[in-house]
Amino acid sequence: MEMDMAMETQNPFEVDLGNLLAFNPFHNFPSLPTSRDELVKECLQQGTKLVQAVADRLFSLPSTEDVDGPLVKLPPPTTKLPREKHLPKPKPPTKWEEFAKKKGIKKRKKDKVVWDEQTGTWKRHFGYDRVDDDKDIPIIEAKMTDEPGEDPFAKRQDDKKKRVEKQEKNRLQNLKQAAKVGALPSHVQLAATALPITGTQAPPKKFTKDELGNVAGMAATSTASGGKFDRKLAGEKSAKKQGKHRKFLPVVEGSGIGSQEREQTENVLNKLISKHSHEILNVDKAVTMYNVKKEKKARNRKNQEGKSSSASYKLKPKKQHHKKTAKKGPGSSKKGKAK
Amino acid sequence: MMKVKTPKNGRVKRELEKRAPKLVETGKKTLILQGTKTSGTLNGVLSEIYRLKKGGAVRFTRKNDNIRPFESGGETSLEFFSLKTDCSIFVYGSHSKKRPNNLVIGRMYDHHIYDLVEVGVENFKSIESFTYDKKLAPRMGSKPFIAFVGEGFENVDELKHLKEVLLDLLRGEVVENVNLAGLDRAYICTAISSNRVYLSHCALRLKKSGSVVPRMELVEVGPSMDLVVRRHRLPNEGLRKEAMKKAKDQPKKKVKNVSSDAVQGTIGKIYIPDQKIGDMALPNKAKGVKRERREAKKKEANERASKKQKEESE
Repeated sequence: MEMDMAMETQNPFEVDLGNLLAFNPFHNFPSLPTSRDELVKECLQQGTKLVQAVADRLFSLPSTEDVDGPLVKLPPPTTKLPREKHLPKPKPPTKWEEFAKKKGIKKRKKDKVVWDEQTGTWKRHFGYDRVDDDKDIPIIEAKMTDEPGEDPFAKRQDDKKKRVEKQEKNRLQNLKQAAKVGALPSHVQLAATALPITGTQAPPKKFTKDELGNVAGMAATSTASGGKFDRKLAGEKSAKKQGKHRKFLPVVEGSGIGSQEREQTENVLNKLISKHSHEILNVDKAVTMYNVKKEKKARNRKNQEGKSSSASYKLKPKKQHHKKTAKKGPGSSKKGKAK
Repeated sequence: MMKVKTPKNGRVKRELEKRAPKLVETGKKTLILQGTKTSGTLNGVLSEIYRLKKGGAVRFTRKNDNIRPFESGGETSLEFFSLKTDCSIFVYGSHSKKRPNNLVIGRMYDHHIYDLVEVGVENFKSIESFTYDKKLAPRMGSKPFIAFVGEGFENVDELKHLKEVLLDLLRGEVVENVNLAGLDRAYICTAISSNRVYLSHCALRLKKSGSVVPRMELVEVGPSMDLVVRRHRLPNEGLRKEAMKKAKDQPKKKVKNVSSDAVQGTIGKIYIPDQKIGDMALPNKAKGVKRERREAKKKEANERASKKQKEESE
């Protein structure tokens, strides 16, 4: 410890400017003052002397003028205090780094973009739209060594997947090695996961807050009144995701045809009469739909002939067939227009 | 099997990086908490320590029934709290018949207890009981002066230890630069007897003295109290050595665009930003000069041309 002795006053004080600390190790009370006030006064007096001693040295340091006041650069603290945490440990070299060092392989910096001879453009070294991408090769020439019945494209894909997996394994191994020394990067945590036991079910997935909220919202609005007259709990918020409700056009709106209804019919008409009206009909789709419909009808008829109509038959959602097909009609035409 | 867990967003990552071990540390956070029973005095002491340390302290207000810092096994939850709050000094208050108004001040190293000092609080005077000019009131988080008076701090082991702990508790953030106009508080610790320390918090009044250095005047603003040392536990030697380690070489910040040459000396590279002549401000922008308009026109013409071609080809 290098404590500086301030010799300006007759009392030598130990001063640590880095902590703005002063210590007077020679003061002692010859006889304790009887009243508390006197004691406090004496203490403050001694304290003032010490603070003055620190200030004497502090204000004589070179200062730079700032908007808020003069700034002074403090020397590092001389009083030794323990650290809060251990010193950061150096990261151990990865297996590749060790190997590269042994072989004398040096890291080279690669350019971000490379000249692609095939397309005659500059392309990225890695990532999207990169140079020498496997996907850009449409034809793989057959070799004598090729096994018959093997898809070379699938094999290439598979090999790549395996390479990525291997690299991931290596990374984990290196991280484990670093964790052993206690030199993991501060943002990485290695957590041990339980070994999967064969034959057991995977643990059920936890629902997220959002998912639960959505389900709760649906449930809350599935009463006859759409949840409008349900008693709310104290502090309950309104349901998050309420299901869609059907909307109908107003029955009466002004005189004659309502404007909304007119709009609807006009939309349909416009589609039919428009210039490119021939494009809205997708012939292929229409043909398949017609065929499906016909088949279904035939099947239904067969079923009806086979079974006598009973109560159980009524439970089957027979009507839905009709609805669905009816709905599909305008839907397809819409799609056609979008084209 | 191992799983790598990394933070999903940048905010969390930055927060974790703040907590990671650093080469140069800048200050310790304080955790203030209490046991199952406290007294009115102790509540005052704890809340006022929190008030003084605000910004660098965490206050727990619930009862803690399994914290006994001096006993083995009684430090587990304390160490857990330290880990969670990232605090490495703790002030623990408890009140019992045997040890009334008991205050345990301890430090942590790597979230394990490093050392402990136990003191009793007597003659406590709260901040409210002091009357002074409110203009002098110290601002939050300002760097304090600390003064220790008395030979007891050098001769008596307990007080020597208490001095170090108090310094660590009170000194606040370790800074390189300090604003002289912002210095407004001082802590005065006086060793009254071999086991009693008088601690008081003062505001500073800077008076003109005729020279560069102003004359300091202390105004007591509270709190003030007597600390009577009871038990203490020093760190063991191995741990102490480990904790006192310092970084050998400070990390040097790389200076960008500056290189040194044996012949020419220091060479600096200067990058001049693009002049952007095209974006020059014109006194009045006529409609034809506007870029968007011109470009839109060009685009339109192109489209028309391509359409025509198509039609011809059909």
